[in-house]
Amino acid sequence: MSDARAAILSRLRAAPQLAPPEYPDWQPPRFGNRLERFRIMLEAVHGEVYEVAADQWRERLRAILSAKGVNKVMAAPHLGVDWPEILAYDRPVEDLKELLVDGIDAAVTTTRGAIAETGTLVLWPDVDEPRLLSLLPPIHVALLNQADIADTLAEMMTAQNWAATMPTNVLLISGPSKTADIEQTLAYGVHGPKQLIVLVLQS
Amino acid sequence: MAADFAHRAHDALNNPQLRRNFRRAMDGLMAKRAVQFADQGDWTKLRARGAAIKARALARLPDLLEEFERKATANGIHVHWAETTADANRIVLEILTAHDAKRVIKGKSMVSEEMHLNAHLHAHGIAAVESDLGEYIIQLAGEAPSHIVMPCIHKDKGEIAQLFTDNIKDQPYTEDVDALTAAARTVLRQQFAAADAGLSGANFLVAETGSLVLIENEGNGRLSTTLPPLHIAVTGIEKLVEKLDDVAPLLALLPRSATGQPITTYVNMITGSRKTEELDGPRQVHLVLLDNGRSRVYADAQLRDTLRCIRCGACMNHCPVYARVGGHTYGSVYPGPIGKILTPQLAGLDCAGDLPHASTLCNACVEVCPVQIPIADILVRLRTEAAEPSASPAVKGGGGGGSVVENTVWRGWTAMHANPAAYALATRALALLGNFIPAAAPLLKQWTTMRSKPKFAGKSLHQLARDKGFDHE
Ligand code: SF4
Repeated sequence: MSDARAAILSRLRAAPQLAPPEYPDWQPPRFGNRLERFRIMLEAVHGEVYEVAADQWRERLRAILSAKGVNKVMAAPHLGVDWPEILAYDRPVEDLKELLVDGIDAAVTTTRGAIAETGTLVLWPDVDEPRLLSLLPPIHVALLNQADIADTLAEMMTAQNWAATMPTNVLLISGPSKTADIEQTLAYGVHGPKQLIVLVLQS
Repeated sequence: MAADFAHRAHDALNNPQLRRNFRRAMDGLMAKRAVQFADQGDWTKLRARGAAIKARALARLPDLLEEFERKATANGIHVHWAETTADANRIVLEILTAHDAKRVIKGKSMVSEEMHLNAHLHAHGIAAVESDLGEYIIQLAGEAPSHIVMPCIHKDKGEIAQLFTDNIKDQPYTEDVDALTAAARTVLRQQFAAADAGLSGANFLVAETGSLVLIENEGNGRLSTTLPPLHIAVTGIEKLVEKLDDVAPLLALLPRSATGQPITTYVNMITGSRKTEELDGPRQVHLVLLDNGRSRVYADAQLRDTLRCIRCGACMNHCPVYARVGGHTYGSVYPGPIGKILTPQLAGLDCAGDLPHASTLCNACVEVCPVQIPIADILVRLRTEAAEPSASPAVKGGGGGGSVVENTVWRGWTAMHANPAAYALATRALALLGNFIPAAAPLLKQWTTMRSKPKFAGKSLHQLARDKGFDHE
């Protein structure tokens, strides 16, 4: 196998050397009203966006979940989600698989921020909110601090120096799961959540 | 299926349903992309950036591959190198066997199609189930993808409804797209839960961080790379970029070019296997880097541009040939304009030398390519290589695939244009006798089966011009 490595690298090294071109000028766009842009872009792909005062999101969440007829909700305990049937993702996925695959109605997660340009949520899953939490349940509710909305991915990556701190998994989420594989007709929830609800917390 | 492109194209052109399906799909995709790049100034700057990012990465490719390997390995990703698709298949099989993995769930991967991985695994008793809805559909039908982004674009919902009824237990016939999608979700959820391993491709590999970047809309890619205890990714060595910052402009180009979406629903960046304290994610991540001729193509400064491709499919969506004959007609994993330049280079001109001719050189692909690949120039180069091979070590099967008749005609044509007397004689002869040549004469026949034979004027263009008083040659 290391033979293949050596052979490939030596062929590449034997090829003519071309000077790498300079980066041509390109500036990522800016948006006057980031929340507005975020909302327009996310609603355009079937996401729901609600603005709520930072100290009132639990009541709002409760109302939304009730309206959706949800039973079992999964969320990190420290969030203090107020719901009768609340569960935590507190064991390895191997022990929770059955429940996660087919037993949870909605998941609540925090977010690291969002991107106005494309209406995108940025998640860095961790022990409290593992990777599959935002994927397996049919409804995903995300909490977003309004102050954490950046103009673009380019801006956020650079400003937060992602290159030096990449976690195991970074997720950009722009709307509920969808497909257009059948006659270019959009259908939602093909593998991931059918509904994506964002509560924008205003300070 | 007919052996060469021309005959397969003939069959495809006589299939009205196929033509309707492609026409509708291509029109929709072109319109959606046009909306995304309505501002010419932005588009020009962005694609120049995208092209430069890929060209820079290629210029430093061997170094970047090593840097990537070092970083990825430090993050707990096992990196493997494969010279051929057979090697890659063997590596994947060995990993699966070592884990006693019998059931594999797959995210969409064109490199795995290039490897014919499913067939290889099947032959060794391992079931690989496609989970991208389009791939799942064509797997049920026992077909190959007809488009690199939308694999079942050639099928309409009636055909899909029938496939589901025939293959999914208790599935009633319905053409309702939501119902069909829900049925696939139910079947595939169970497959995800039961899978011993997940298999995926990768859109970008970031040397700086050792990360794999995967984009998708359905979530099946995330599931394949997160739920099973083992994840194996297969991808080409040309997927490298230098820096994480390079990913943002490429993400601004790829989905917009592909499907006219500002971004895909999911962008999944994987930098390592599950850490001790983490509660999900695969315990082992493997990446197989496939060469399969890419490092040979790399040896030629012009042909190397082919390796900039980010597989958006825009070139096929805008190709007047592809839109009419569909993806299967190309007889190769990569169809359309990118397939016409990539396949003959990977497989050899002696195997796929007819593909570079399946083009009108209209340049539509070049205009929309987000990384500015000079597809038309490369097509012309490959046509030349098929007829009169250069000494370039990058070309496989040079001199193959050209037709003797065609080469002779072109040689005569060249000789005629190189000699003023021969040229004058030939044009005069054609002007006088051209109209007497029957439309069904050999060589002419192929042209005249679809078009009427042109009428020759009694005088050549030069003579006509001189008669009008233009005597300056
Ligand atoms: S050649 Fe260009 S347009 Fe075609 S798939 Fe590759 S990147 Fe896209």
